[in-house]
Amino acid sequence: MAAVATEATAVFVMSKRFRIIRLGLVATFLLARPGGSAVLPDDRADIFYSDYKGGGMDITGESVLVRKKFSENFSVEANYFIDKVSGASIDVLSQASVIKDERKQKNISLDYIHDKTQYNFSYTDSAERDYTSNTLHFSLSQDMFGDLTTITLGFSDSRDKVGENDGSAFVPRVVWLGHAESRTYQAGVSQIVTKSLITGVTLEVISDEGYLANPYRSVRYLDLGGGGLGYGLASQVYPNTHTSTAVEGRAKYYLPYRAAASVSYRYFSDTWGVRGNTIELGYTQPISNLWILEGRVRHYNQNHATFYSDLFPFAGSQNFVARDQDLAAQTNNTIGFKATYAFLPDGWKIFKRGTASLDVSHIQFKYDDFRNIKDYNDTPAGGNYAPGAEPLYSFGATVYQIYLSMFF
Amino acid sequence: MSTVMKLGVIAAVLLLDACSIQPWVKPYERDRLADPIMSWDRDVISGAYVDHIYESREGSRGGTGAAGGGCGCN
Repeated sequence: MAAVATEATAVFVMSKRFRIIRLGLVATFLLARPGGSAVLPDDRADIFYSDYKGGGMDITGESVLVRKKFSENFSVEANYFIDKVSGASIDVLSQASVIKDERKQKNISLDYIHDKTQYNFSYTDSAERDYTSNTLHFSLSQDMFGDLTTITLGFSDSRDKVGENDGSAFVPRVVWLGHAESRTYQAGVSQIVTKSLITGVTLEVISDEGYLANPYRSVRYLDLGGGGLGYGLASQVYPNTHTSTAVEGRAKYYLPYRAAASVSYRYFSDTWGVRGNTIELGYTQPISNLWILEGRVRHYNQNHATFYSDLFPFAGSQNFVARDQDLAAQTNNTIGFKATYAFLPDGWKIFKRGTASLDVSHIQFKYDDFRNIKDYNDTPAGGNYAPGAEPLYSFGATVYQIYLSMFF
Repeated sequence: MSTVMKLGVIAAVLLLDACSIQPWVKPYERDRLADPIMSWDRDVISGAYVDHIYESREGSRGGTGAAGGGCGCN
């Protein structure tokens, strides 16, 4: 049974992760363009491969994207993403064994331009064994003040169905537990400040309602008379509403010798008591017209949610209880490098040009109140650590991305 | 004319002037901003993927879609 729970847990982890990815993808498509919203981007076809290794998980992702203009005012974009996960995160592994699963996502996006206004409609469908999600998105961008300023407004509505695999990895039996609804409101301003400086501010409010808890992960509570480890396990209980607000400011500057430097800062807060700060610095250096080399560093920190605890004093000690890594107090730091090579500068057949990229990043995660109960526990083999005295958890993850784009 | 009225006239003139803002960076001066190295996200799938690796591990979410990129001149 433990293995069953673990298998399902990691599946849910993937669901949650890519539920957010979908929204972000929409936001990126929407907001990456406002500066040029009077003209649709180039037609392109992309192939993407990624591999994430860290914290006991190995996740590979494969994606294709095609974008095609049908007139000067109208274009269509289609994207397919499939990812496969094996392994499981520490809080899953501390209860059982590893898993394998996959998720498939389809997205179609329509862009229409009228004068200085760009409209975007998109629909996304995501499906895996115990989680389905459908999202509708609409946004518009308006250029103004001599095209120096672009204002973007967006709205998304997402309907999710949350289930639990009550069977096994090979004979799944999904029990549907409930639904969740999410609404996202976005507003952004992009501003050209000088011939070399562009800035932007984004505000995003997300409101969720419904079944928001992870049905598989457990909280632990002190139970000295329990099963020998000194603690017991119980289901997580989350509030059924959640509203978050994120504000990000960013700037990018063109240096005198043809290179670019960027900085961004994001502040996050939500109704679960989480406050987060993100700061990122980037540097871009082209070499002739063939190569673009990029480096970036990122720092993130957050406090824990009000109903999070690594170890509760007793079972049922409060209404809402969680022991999810995401909600723990933590810090992480990233260093990343990317190289992009431009080929076919003179075009070939229907293609105008192409680019190929390799991106490698390393992320170091460190938790302030999430303890490693997998490797250390109250047994001789586990080091005889008393509950709540186990070493804090930390891990490193490496992310590889390979990207091929053909423009036509 | 009272001071308040003078200030009102000045404010009105400024507001009217603001309605006819002339771009201080002309379209032909945006070659640097149009350079691909000034794009926030050249690879759309990659940008979203990286953002959400973080969002799967962090309590924070949203706000990372930069409001703008490029220069409005392409």
